[in-house]
Amino acid sequence: MPADRSRTVRDSVGLGLAVGLYGVAFGASADAAGLDAWQAMVLSALMFTGASQFALVGVLGAGGSPAAAVGSALLLGTRNTVYGVRMAPLLAPRGLLRRAGAAHWVIDETTAMAVAAPDRETGRLAFWATGASIYLGWNLMTLVGVLGASGLGGTAEAALDSVVPAAFLALLWPRLRAGFAEHAVQRRVAVGGAVVAVVLTPFVPPGVQVIAAAVAVALAGRPRREVPA
Amino acid sequence: MSGVWIAVVVASLGCYALKLAGLSVPAGWVEQPWVARVVDFVPAALLAALVAVQAVTSGNELVVDGRLAGLAVAALALALRAPFIVVLVLAGAAGALVHVLMG
Repeated sequence: MPADRSRTVRDSVGLGLAVGLYGVAFGASADAAGLDAWQAMVLSALMFTGASQFALVGVLGAGGSPAAAVGSALLLGTRNTVYGVRMAPLLAPRGLLRRAGAAHWVIDETTAMAVAAPDRETGRLAFWATGASIYLGWNLMTLVGVLGASGLGGTAEAALDSVVPAAFLALLWPRLRAGFAEHAVQRRVAVGGAVVAVVLTPFVPPGVQVIAAAVAVALAGRPRREVPA
Repeated sequence: MSGVWIAVVVASLGCYALKLAGLSVPAGWVEQPWVARVVDFVPAALLAALVAVQAVTSGNELVVDGRLAGLAVAALALALRAPFIVVLVLAGAAGALVHVLMG
């Protein structure tokens, strides 16, 4: 249906613009953490999954080891594996090359857009259009953020230092909001993760407390049994 | 190659491999209830840990400064459903203000 298709493309472009703002924040965070513009750009082009990128530069910026930074990025990246499993039947990428290409764009936003589409054709269009729009916006705006943030003075740096935790909070916030699946449990796990990280901070090498906070997942309890309808 | 570059490249390749695995492995491997459970809740635990570490720590020390004021302002703005960019600008302004006031 042409109406569905044009709306899908329009929504995809809008989402790309919105995500671009996060790209600016990421570029600025990367600069605040001491990464250079090339490193920030390689992350956006090659890693291309926001939460993991923020985690990597966040841990490095906190003085964490490269291993701790990689560990937290990978832990957050496991989400995309689950998305891929959900998307595989819809995308049904033929051939190694197409699968390799599609995989790079399997992220929160493309999955959400594709799954919300009314039919399979529109779903595929939503995936590719959202992927292209976000990839472009994210990379372009990372460059804007990292170049804009370098060469800031003392007060502007203090401002940037306050922007970084706020950006993480903004990434976390939608999961805690009423309406997100099991948001009460998400809140419990989030509080647990923050407490574990703060309590461990004096005793472990910087960055390790972030990975250790994953134990707070235990607060989620056992998987719920499927209730037969 | 510096440690930062190694982290950038290794984590990027690792995150790509995680994406590719999703499209490649049999669904049954990943759709175990406990795997889904962990994956559903790891982001909340890690992102909250990162919020805390970025807001109140420096190396191995707990430090209270303008970042905590920025975080409080950000939380308020998010609760009032402010757009992302507004949240960041307000948080930055609060942090800068404390920096200026505290010298």
